[in-house]
Amino acid sequence: MSEKVLMKGNEAIAEAAILAGCRYFFGYPITPQTEIAAYMAKKMPKIGGTFLQAESEVSAINMVYGAAGAGARVMTSSSSPGMSLKGEGISYIAGADLPCVIVNIVRGGPGLGGIQPAQSDYFQATKGGGHGDYHLLVLAPNSVQEMVSLTIDAFDLADKYRIPVMLLGDGTLGQMMEPVEFSNDNISHVYEKPWATVGTQKKRKHNIINTLYMSPEELEYTIIERQKKYNSIVQNEIRCETSYLEDAEYVLSAYGTSSRIVETAVHQLRKEGYKAGIIRPITLWPFPSHIYKKAAEHAKAFLSVEMSMGQMVEDIMLAVNGKAPVHFFGRTGGVIPTPAEIVSKVKDIAGGNASE
Amino acid sequence: MSKLYERPKSLCDVPMHYCPGCTHGIAHRLIAEVMDELGIEGETVGVAPVGCAVFAYDYFECDMQEAAHGRAPAVATGIKRVIPDRIVFTYQGDGDLAAIGTAETVHAAARGENITVIFINNAIYGMTGGQMAPTSLPGQFTQTSPYGRDVKKQGYPVRISEMLSTLDGPSYIERVSLDSVPNINNAKKAIKKAFQKQIDKKGFSLVEVLSTCPTNWGLSPVESMKWLKDNMIPYYPLGVFKDVD
Ligand SMILES: Cc1ncc(C[n+]2csc(CCOP(=O)(O)OP(=O)(O)O)c2C)c(N)n1
Ligand code: SF4
Repeated sequence: MSEKVLMKGNEAIAEAAILAGCRYFFGYPITPQTEIAAYMAKKMPKIGGTFLQAESEVSAINMVYGAAGAGARVMTSSSSPGMSLKGEGISYIAGADLPCVIVNIVRGGPGLGGIQPAQSDYFQATKGGGHGDYHLLVLAPNSVQEMVSLTIDAFDLADKYRIPVMLLGDGTLGQMMEPVEFSNDNISHVYEKPWATVGTQKKRKHNIINTLYMSPEELEYTIIERQKKYNSIVQNEIRCETSYLEDAEYVLSAYGTSSRIVETAVHQLRKEGYKAGIIRPITLWPFPSHIYKKAAEHAKAFLSVEMSMGQMVEDIMLAVNGKAPVHFFGRTGGVIPTPAEIVSKVKDIAGGNASE
Repeated sequence: MSKLYERPKSLCDVPMHYCPGCTHGIAHRLIAEVMDELGIEGETVGVAPVGCAVFAYDYFECDMQEAAHGRAPAVATGIKRVIPDRIVFTYQGDGDLAAIGTAETVHAAARGENITVIFINNAIYGMTGGQMAPTSLPGQFTQTSPYGRDVKKQGYPVRISEMLSTLDGPSYIERVSLDSVPNINNAKKAIKKAFQKQIDKKGFSLVEVLSTCPTNWGLSPVESMKWLKDNMIPYYPLGVFKDVD
């Protein structure tokens, strides 16, 4: 077992990526994720890796496309406005079945928004962002330690399924310091990449990394094939943490930073005799719908707590499918909800004073 | 009997989709001949653009990536950083390179990224049906400059080779033309030199190739060659703009 060190979330992501074998990082500066790039800029040259500050997020994500196509473990990171620019490249990476890891340390939007933490990119991360029929596998850590483990897993999942994987954090997680441990335990498979463009050496037919299909039937075929991959991800890769769920009448749900606040709120509610429980999705896509469905068998109501105007709440509604009322509480624009606000919202719901 | 003319080994044995008389085919052939002569086919990764040359990935025997519109220099950068000892080139039209991908072009050049860019300047957007390009000439008639490019409203053409040659990053920049046999021979020499610069790790090299688009210019292939010579070469003078050892 290695020692615990005190580290910022952003730096922990960078160190974990290096541990996972990532040797290529392409990015463009933006608050609140700059420490990732700064860490990479310092470390990469010392370990034979590449850190490159691109001229834009558009360029950075296309560098990722090229490097991933050449078989590398490669990462980029940004924050919300930058993610909008990466949308094009992400769509191409998904369409070319290339593996990579994309980090979004979310800040308030829309537009330039603010630099304070938010969760308002849930739709962008889980429902699109770029054009076309595709998914990202989206991982949502809620501690610095989990930023480490999920970053390492992200590289494996990306290679295993040949998909772009997104690590969705927020400014709080990125900036906060917690003790973390880096162990070599879950490191990291080496995947053969016979499809990579590294030169034929005149020993095989040329490899082509491409997203263009002129025949609709052919394009449909590739999309359906990719869908099979997505189906198997839904079957095998859902991750979710629950607490106090067995007897829960009020099921609170949150991911990332807001799940930490919900934990405090639920302890308080339990103390006061409310049967409150928590569902914390760790994969936002695929979404742990079956957990909500099961909880809906005994829950009186659900409450989604988000640092947005309510985005994940829609997935909860789909999962619960009318079996119980689904409420929402959120603060947004960089404002963080307090445990007291959440407790009082649950009491309103319990007292019949909250509209859905 | 000895063979005088055959398909270069680096060119795939497939029919190309280019219009009759289009010089994209000549440019492809020159690149393939150069790859053969330098013996680099098995070492090379090409990056195709979005534009008429989008299917270039089907035409070269080397490994290929197809990039988003304008992003080829960024994609090539990603590839080259992973496999610095391989040869990486992009093949891009003027809309791809000089409009939507200007930033990627300029910064790959400024970084001195050790890649080779073959830049096909045909003064028009071919693939989308003949719209005005950043390189369309003053007064040139296109679908989106139907009264002729009015420089007061639509601005002036971009001279990429001249612009990029002000930077310290590039090792080699030359403008060539495909309008005549001597110019085609010269174009091949330039392309070979550009690849050689990369092999010698000298940094960014770019060959701007003045080309024709008979279809969207509304001219026959022969008239197109003449139009190129009479109109494009005066605006886009041929020559070496940068050659650093
Ligand atoms: C983001 C994006 N915008 C627009 C297009 C449409 N488009 C395809 S090719 C092209 C222009 C290509 O012109 P050029 O680069 O000059 O190459 P040519 O066809 O003349 O060889 C455009 C605008 C696209 N594919 N992607
Ligand atoms: S449209 Fe123009 S550039 Fe495109 S293939 Fe035809 S002639 Fe060539």
